[in-house]
Amino acid sequence: MRKIECDVAVIGAGPAGLAAAARARERGAGRVLLMDRDRELGGILNQCIHNGFGLQLLSREMSGPEYAEYFINEAKKADVETMLNTMVLSIGADRRIHAINQYEGLMEIQPKAIVLAMGARERNRGGVVIPGARPAGVFTAGAAQRYINMEGYMPGRRVVVLGSGDIGLIMARRMTWEGAKVEAVLEILPFPSGLTRNIVQCLEDQGIPLYLGHTVIKIHGNERVEGVTVAKVGSDFRPIAGTEWDIQCDTLLLSVGLIPENELTLDAGGQLDPVTNGPVVDDEMCTSIPGVFACGNVVHIHDLVDNVTREAWAAGEGAARFVAGQQPSGHVIPTAAGEGIRYVVPQKVHAENLATRDVRLSMRVKAPAEWVRVEAVLGGEVVFSKAERVVRPAEMVSLTIPKGRVAPELIERVVSAVDGGADDDAAKLVVRIAKRESSSEGGIRA
Amino acid sequence: MSTETRELTCIVCPVGCRLRAVLEDGQVVSVEGNTCKRGAQYALDELCAPKRTVTTTVRVVGGFLPLVPVRTAAPVPKERIAEVLEAARQVCLEAPVESGQIVIADVAGTGVDLIASRSMPVAASGQH
Repeated sequence: MRKIECDVAVIGAGPAGLAAAARARERGAGRVLLMDRDRELGGILNQCIHNGFGLQLLSREMSGPEYAEYFINEAKKADVETMLNTMVLSIGADRRIHAINQYEGLMEIQPKAIVLAMGARERNRGGVVIPGARPAGVFTAGAAQRYINMEGYMPGRRVVVLGSGDIGLIMARRMTWEGAKVEAVLEILPFPSGLTRNIVQCLEDQGIPLYLGHTVIKIHGNERVEGVTVAKVGSDFRPIAGTEWDIQCDTLLLSVGLIPENELTLDAGGQLDPVTNGPVVDDEMCTSIPGVFACGNVVHIHDLVDNVTREAWAAGEGAARFVAGQQPSGHVIPTAAGEGIRYVVPQKVHAENLATRDVRLSMRVKAPAEWVRVEAVLGGEVVFSKAERVVRPAEMVSLTIPKGRVAPELIERVVSAVDGGADDDAAKLVVRIAKRESSSEGGIRA
Repeated sequence: MSTETRELTCIVCPVGCRLRAVLEDGQVVSVEGNTCKRGAQYALDELCAPKRTVTTTVRVVGGFLPLVPVRTAAPVPKERIAEVLEAARQVCLEAPVESGQIVIADVAGTGVDLIASRSMPVAASGQH
């Protein structure tokens, strides 16, 4: 069995793995090994041929493959070593990795640090429990995207999309442009799950109706999908009797959410956050296992790849610091989702970093809200906040507490509360949404 | 004189204002519902000359995939999208393809090039 030693092993070569690997090298890590089970680098970006990538980070509008190619080149420039067609089987004690491919057979890889960047899986029919027979023609939106954009197959001609996630919206337009008729997009929630620009350009542009508060209650057909029964749902998300109607179609696309891919994280003994379904991480993206870092959709589901790259840079930098023995020592302060917030990443922050670096917090709100203030509250004191005209669950909110913003005495006070075993807000960094007067402060003016 | 009211959602920023524009003889005379100036400009552009970047695929032989993604190098008038898609369907490239390579110059007479949006190397032997 071949044995490989390296400084950093990165698992998954999508946008997260590519940026983490390059950044780890740039920050001084020696041999960095980037592994992926696919035959090429870039991950899911290769099938996302629509544009809109890179607007925030690179100030230009790229397609998914173009964004991937940009970061593939960055990784090459940084002398990242890549290993394709390679499946990581396990992560054991002391961060020892077992992986397999067709050239080497079984390999044992011993890195000093690991970055988990395995991305996410699509929730499928079993995940949303739709009754009916099991005919052909039910696809997850991402699978259909790969068929159409990379493999050259057309999954169907008359389509219903369940779920208003971004991939479903993008595929509604893509299938229309390839000659299919998209009959409807159904969303069980009272608000869309995808970005507004996708609702406008993918549905409104094509004249595709979006039914909010609706779901599919039955799939018809034996060999092939022949139609679906849809119904309105109540506030309990259960179908309302008497509101159902049938739509004829040969294809049902599911865009009903992504689940972080954490088999390896669990194998390694990493602790998961029950809300994000991803590993609990600190502000350097280190999981509960020292030296094992994580970034991208494996940690929490992102709507913009630009934010994945930002997070991956933090993980790559954290891994390089760990290899160099420079990881922050001492106290960590837990973060918590307060009023109006569903979750916050990272789940803990190093007290040392709060005093010496910018600390970025990413979060999702529970429901749409207008004229709000997003606040970071340390030990009961608001230490930083920003005004937002509108926040939506579909769009991740971030807050960066600038270096030097938090008084050292306050950090000390919170650290001693943590040390004293306190579990209330005195020992936490809480993020929350506060209402503000629409006319009095901040926001956008005409 | 014909007066018409059109509703649209602004996509300039994540706020997504619901805009209501009044057109007289096809000319925008007022925009309501926007909370910033950019919203009014968006409504003007959208109602007078809406444009979109078109992204699709073209066939390729000799690569390790049968398709190469392409996009218009700049947004094209919305009403020309179908022609751009049709022109792309007529093309078959040969690997290798370089990202950014012009696939169709001045596609469908729009004055905009259709360009490859990824590279496609020649398939190594043993790959399809």
